[in-house]
Amino acid sequence: MRIAITGLLLLPLTPFLLGCGNHTGNVSKGRKSTVTIAGSTSVMPFTEKLAEHFKIEKPGINVDVQGGGSSAGIRACINRTVDIGMSSRELKGDEKVLKEIIICHDGIAVVVHPRNPLSGITLEQIRAIYGGKIRNWKQLGWIDRNIDAVTREEGSGTRGAFEELVMGKTDIHDSTMVQDSNGSVKEVVATDPYAIGFISLGVVDAKVKALPVEGVGPKVENIKTGRYRIVRPFLYLTMGEPADAARLFIAYALSKDGQLVLKKEGLVPIDE
Amino acid sequence: MNRRIANKENLIRLVLLLFALSSLLFLFIIFIFILSEGVPLFLKAGVRNITMGSRWAPTKGFFGIFPMIVSSFMVTFGALVLGAPLALACSTYLSEYAGKKTGMILKPSLELLAGIPSVVYGFLGVVYLVPLIREYLGGSGFSILSTSLVLGVMILPTITSISFDALMSVPAAFREGSLAMGATKWQTVYKVVLPAARSGILASFILGMGRAIGETMAVIMVAGNALKIPTSLLDPLRTLTSNIALELAYATGDHRQALFSTGVVLLVIIMSLNLIANFWVKRRVGR
Repeated sequence: MRIAITGLLLLPLTPFLLGCGNHTGNVSKGRKSTVTIAGSTSVMPFTEKLAEHFKIEKPGINVDVQGGGSSAGIRACINRTVDIGMSSRELKGDEKVLKEIIICHDGIAVVVHPRNPLSGITLEQIRAIYGGKIRNWKQLGWIDRNIDAVTREEGSGTRGAFEELVMGKTDIHDSTMVQDSNGSVKEVVATDPYAIGFISLGVVDAKVKALPVEGVGPKVENIKTGRYRIVRPFLYLTMGEPADAARLFIAYALSKDGQLVLKKEGLVPIDE
Repeated sequence: MNRRIANKENLIRLVLLLFALSSLLFLFIIFIFILSEGVPLFLKAGVRNITMGSRWAPTKGFFGIFPMIVSSFMVTFGALVLGAPLALACSTYLSEYAGKKTGMILKPSLELLAGIPSVVYGFLGVVYLVPLIREYLGGSGFSILSTSLVLGVMILPTITSISFDALMSVPAAFREGSLAMGATKWQTVYKVVLPAARSGILASFILGMGRAIGETMAVIMVAGNALKIPTSLLDPLRTLTSNIALELAYATGDHRQALFSTGVVLLVIIMSLNLIANFWVKRRVGR
């Protein structure tokens, strides 16, 4: 009787118990092996593209891609909860225990609404807008209307790179609006004619206008020649030597085919 | 045989009790979790620096969430100003005037309103409300005004259903007595029924506030999330809840703890609101 009671009580808990057991054992379970990848939401869409192509070549390997952000990906990689971490910023402090592989570079584009007549912007002007010194489009030679500047949230890899590469010692002003993904920033800029924002070059499309910075257009060839300066690396991270499946995936990302996939998506391949 | 039945009954009672207690357990676990993650930073950075500090740059060691506390209350108040009169009018009509047929349409549609996911409210806000405000009133459109409007609609069902219950619990004898003395219908409603249900109505407002202050998704989408304390109705703002949801994805170390500290502050505010609401309801029952 007593056993029956205990059994009955535990019954609703079984999914949890089983769930816990499953979680870490993902990697080498059964015939089909799985690569788990997590981290930067900037790198994620491109990793998904790579995974699609990779699955055609190696149907036996399953690739599971998740977001979470650079910092979360780095943590997960250190804790070995994922095979590969994705980061869109450089590693700092104790994170440096991880092995980093640069898979490509990504430009950060400064974008405005397509109706905005501005044909270019200087780094000084961007700093002044985000620092709160330039508040009105009139100061940039357009209409008398407040600038609706949009930034990313604290901790985002894109914001981190933007602060480092553009803002320098100037802090982003408190009155700047904040959105939590490349997509939402693009959406705000695409709908608000008076907005300005910065997004990953890979997600720029016809809904927004990417401004030339210091006279140099945010284009792949300008990044390759080093003329466009707002550029950051996209990293894959592993804790020590990766398992076979993960190593194959990284090798694919770095291969000619993989680099071509990334290039098609608007990113800058490594070796060219 | 009888003993077996008694045993079985006891067993069922025990199992049900355990499941009933599980809600208490979950509350307890959540409490412990938020406190254990959020309190250390209070000890490290100081309660004053967090709750009264005005600079939020958690990766640089500034954890002030005062602007967000102020902003949370601002939009909650705004939502109440816009939503409460509407909701009260609705519940008064439902309990005092509505015939069976109108009631049969109004009540379910209110329930439906409550069932719409908040992301839908936010989406509609971004697509229609924000551009409208930008076009006709100025600013970016992401503002206290748009947030209050969206929240005002979202708290309608909460306030309406609770104040409706309060109005319905006023004994029919009150109304009959007033009407028998020659008062008109409106005089009866205004001078007798509403005052009699006062504490319940106040409780519904406070619970509506709790709903507004806790809302996250819709707020993130229409508030603009700027860190500054807004100085006009058209300024963007960031609430406590959106602060947590916006930054959780990338936060590590002290930054992560700071978000839990934000959660602690939020927990304290919502608990106080619920306690106040309970107090009002108790008083009504006690009388």
